[in-house]
Amino acid sequence: MPKEIKGHSLSRPISRRGFLKGTALGLASTAVPFAKADASFWDAYFQKHFREMNEDELREVIKRLEKEYAEEYDTKFNIKTTKAMPGTLFGYGLDLSRCIGCRRCVYACVRENNQSRDPQIHWITVLRFKKGEKWIDLEESEKYYYPEAVPEEGYFYMPVQCQQCENPPCVRVCPTQATWKEPDGIVVIDYNWCIGCRYCMASCPYGARRFNLAKPRIRKEELNPESHYLGNRPRYKGVVEKCIFCVQRTRAGRYPACVEICPVGARKFGNLLDPKSEIRYCIENKRVFRLKEDLNTYPKFYYFFAT
Amino acid sequence: MRYFNINLKGDGGRGTIKDVDCEARKRNVWLEVLAEQARSLGVFAIVVAVLVSFGLPAWASEDGNGAAAAVRDDDIPKFFVPPPPFSEGIFPCSQCHADMVVNKKRRKLYYHTNIQKMFNHAEKQRWCLDCHNPDDRDKLRLASGRLITFEESYYLCGQCHGTIFRDWKAGVHGKRTGMWNGKKEYRLCVHCHNPHSPRFKPLKPLPPPIKPSDIKYRRLSPDEIPPNPLNKIFPLKTDSRSKDAKGN
Repeated sequence: MPKEIKGHSLSRPISRRGFLKGTALGLASTAVPFAKADASFWDAYFQKHFREMNEDELREVIKRLEKEYAEEYDTKFNIKTTKAMPGTLFGYGLDLSRCIGCRRCVYACVRENNQSRDPQIHWITVLRFKKGEKWIDLEESEKYYYPEAVPEEGYFYMPVQCQQCENPPCVRVCPTQATWKEPDGIVVIDYNWCIGCRYCMASCPYGARRFNLAKPRIRKEELNPESHYLGNRPRYKGVVEKCIFCVQRTRAGRYPACVEICPVGARKFGNLLDPKSEIRYCIENKRVFRLKEDLNTYPKFYYFFAT
Repeated sequence: MRYFNINLKGDGGRGTIKDVDCEARKRNVWLEVLAEQARSLGVFAIVVAVLVSFGLPAWASEDGNGAAAAVRDDDIPKFFVPPPPFSEGIFPCSQCHADMVVNKKRRKLYYHTNIQKMFNHAEKQRWCLDCHNPDDRDKLRLASGRLITFEESYYLCGQCHGTIFRDWKAGVHGKRTGMWNGKKEYRLCVHCHNPHSPRFKPLKPLPPPIKPSDIKYRRLSPDEIPPNPLNKIFPLKTDSRSKDAKGN
């Protein structure tokens, strides 16, 4: 046994030649960006964590990002960093007895939140289930249905997106703390801190997170320049994204885009701490369930039956 | 309540029940206190007087009719944006009906044929003049005889669909837009349900996501990037966007 330990690479003495070679290569690798990159490269490289930045540092970062986006997309972006309103905890209600599976929410979300069109990324998935069967088995659901008209006889539909858990498993596994839960309950991602390890995607029981396998591409005229740092600003290649309750809209008091587009009014949104809000009415008066409740993730996304 | 696990007020969410009908409770408590005092003084007349002065005028100000009294105006939200979706040129009805003789007999009409054709809203039990007021056609008529305008048609629907009406007032039935913490925009029942044929009409769904087997392993050229299929139904607001872009 001792022989084997001795043979381990860590205990092997390093040669003078190897040491010098390694040092030179290491130094060379750090020196490479010096030659080509401007100051903004190093600003981005040393950017602090979103929650550790003070107002001035944030302003600098936003200025740099807006400049970068203006050069890259030829569009003037307005990136907000609005903080959570005190006394809010956002909750979402979805009326399964009304949803007709028309997918308007999917594409309203795509429009509002600058999702990549090539490769295609959707934050909302609408699942179709046969009525009268064991439907909670999500594996048996159909998401590529495309009939002439919806709703179809004998089916019902269940849109799934980020459930904004109170106990989010994705936050716990993130090695860089690039994703966290904000005080108003929205689980957000800092796309500049995400390293693309996709642990969060593996840990999410709802399959709500999406990965940018390539640089996201959007037609210029379809870009939404009204954005939020933690929300719908254009993403980078190799970062994870997901539904963030339209943080750029909801923190300004507006409804999320999917709520406003829904033709049947199946989607409800509000403040869980406000006893007069719509979402509280749903929870108190309707038959409510949450997806995969048994996992103790405490989603703030409530499915209900209004009839 | 059982499902509401998040601790909102440090009491396991139980405190939330108290908030419902808080106003009504306060009023009741106040009345009770008053009654107690009065009883202790032995002046029961005060209680009677209070009850009369509070209860009767409110009750009497309604039509004095069962159905109308059930409709409380105070909890109807006050902000509707869009006016009722009339067919082109059909309103006011009095532009034709003012000079016509009213025939209250149920019969086949030779005008309004579209409506007659599509009419499938309890058609066996009802016909036009069960909802439309025969004497002033620009008004609708409740079962109680109370006349309402077309902007208040929710009262008419609420006569039969009471539970839906209750949900709608709370903002749960039907669509709301605007601000979640401020001014909201409602829709009337008739914005989504044709009153003469109320079932929600089927829609064409937007395309499904790309199947993994259909993904092309090459970068599309800028012209090939697929546009958002939503643009066909709700066109992009190009003017505001281009203005933003020009401010560059």
